[in-house]
Amino acid sequence: MTNNTPTTNNASPGHSTAQESTSARLENRADSHFDRKGIVQIALLGLLLLVPVAAYFLGHIYYVNLASRITIIAMAAVGLNLAIGYGGMVSFGHAAYFGLGGYVAGISAYHAFDFTPFMTWPFTVPGSDSLLVVWLAAAVLCGLLALAIGAISLRTTGVYFIMITLAFAQMIYYFANSWPTYGGEDGLPIYLRNGLPWLDTNNALNYFLICFAGLVLAMAITSRLMKSRFGAALTMARLNDVRLATAGISPYPIRLMAFVISAVITGLAGALYADLNGFVSPTSLSWHFSGELMVIVILGGVGRLYGPLAGAVLFVMMETLLGGITQYWQLFLGLVLLGVVLFAKHGVMGWLAGRERNE
Amino acid sequence: MSDVVLSLQKLHKRFGALQATNDVSLDLQQGEIHALIGPNGAGKSTLIGQIAGNIRPDEGRVFLADTEITGMSIAQRARLGLGRSFQVSSLAEPLSVMRNVMMGVQALQSHSFRFWKPVARDQQLLEPAYEALERMQLSHRAWTPVFELSHGERRQVEVACALALKPRALLLDEPMAGLGPEGTAKLTELLEALKREVPILLIEHDMEAVFRLADRISVLVSGSVIAQGDSQTIRQDPHVREAYLGDSDA
Repeated sequence: MTNNTPTTNNASPGHSTAQESTSARLENRADSHFDRKGIVQIALLGLLLLVPVAAYFLGHIYYVNLASRITIIAMAAVGLNLAIGYGGMVSFGHAAYFGLGGYVAGISAYHAFDFTPFMTWPFTVPGSDSLLVVWLAAAVLCGLLALAIGAISLRTTGVYFIMITLAFAQMIYYFANSWPTYGGEDGLPIYLRNGLPWLDTNNALNYFLICFAGLVLAMAITSRLMKSRFGAALTMARLNDVRLATAGISPYPIRLMAFVISAVITGLAGALYADLNGFVSPTSLSWHFSGELMVIVILGGVGRLYGPLAGAVLFVMMETLLGGITQYWQLFLGLVLLGVVLFAKHGVMGWLAGRERNE
Repeated sequence: MSDVVLSLQKLHKRFGALQATNDVSLDLQQGEIHALIGPNGAGKSTLIGQIAGNIRPDEGRVFLADTEITGMSIAQRARLGLGRSFQVSSLAEPLSVMRNVMMGVQALQSHSFRFWKPVARDQQLLEPAYEALERMQLSHRAWTPVFELSHGERRQVEVACALALKPRALLLDEPMAGLGPEGTAKLTELLEALKREVPILLIEHDMEAVFRLADRISVLVSGSVIAQGDSQTIRQDPHVREAYLGDSDA
């Protein structure tokens, strides 16, 4: 609830009178965008946009690509946050979707480069070097994979859910590791970045802006989704699934749909990541990366819209800055995580912007 | 028999050696409060579970109006008009009262795969939820988070949640539990007003409230219904006095 902003409940505190308009009676306040939370959010997003633009014009391409990296990791974490933070589904296998998205980009580029078809039976699927085609394919395939994995995993809860999602992701990891056509454990290079018809994607700033648009879109969709009827049901499924069922809504299909949307967002981030690096390898499918995404979500603030962004900035900056000084940088990451879990339960965003309010 | 809203027909449920429900038949008719009483361990919870849908009976059938609901899920039963409240309050505490009540309205109106329109301004959801709250005299608390409510108010919210489903029958599991005399009196009054519209199957420990409210009472002992009738009959039934009221010199 609001602890820094004045309470704006306008639902009548006493008895409602007939003169009150229906909307005033029924509608619960609208927040100002310029409270502390709003300022922190705008500052975060603004810095993420302005720093790379400035770096680009100062000729520091390295920092533009670093910002792209942060943005993509943040987008992947936005996807995971929908499952963990909003849906209460602690998936320890989101690398599966991130990696699959990456491999879609890689394999598609590989065949486009070679002029060979990906498959010829029962119908021919050629490769493509168009980002739009890659994104569409990544979204559809990640959605289908999540539908299958989610349909089975969501029959379990708690620690079993964590383990079963991990198990599925590991299966895919070992499969990619042992498939020599696409590089096996060595990974698959993308010689030419996939392109768009009206934009030079090889330009670092252009590519950053694409990633930035992807992140903002993912966050906007999450926000809108959580305010809708679907979001209301998902919130109730997380807080009290017996109450949801008693109200006449089965929790299972609601959770499954959220799991699929979550995976599609993370998968699209994976496709962007492969094209950013010009390379995709089984590392992006590993449980280690699933864990990193979870760390980012927890660092930033579970179930906070801007949490994944704050977490990704902190994580990648620590990795880059401390990693440049010592190879033991993860020791410091561990300490920071410890500090967040012990002293700032609502993550960096909770610490910066105050606690999230419910309605 | 068109007045029968909810009927249980020869329900049996056994857990290992324990016969938790033994040939229980009872019905709930339009306009009445039918109370189910019984000492601890009589099998009340098991019976409620079979009506609400979280426990499947071994034998027997459950009907809501003319529809058999024996094999249906909790959510399906709720959509057909079976509203229930829980012995232990089961609301989503961080959310406002309104959010809790709106869930039932949402389930009634359509499926929940609506991704775009914000619920906070959805009059189709807000109006009926507000109405349900008004009937429980709680509309002034609509935007208060549940964790700030008193125990008695939570009980009222539970009933409002059930009312939001526009139920054909209400199943209230010890709604008076933990309420002080004032809270009990208020809830008793509200339920009395409610029963004309929605018949209530009331599971309750508070004998005074039961005798005041119930049109009919069924007494459950060791899984079986040992007596059924109005409060006068039950008060005087020697088996009941022996088994339940602990009065051996009846």
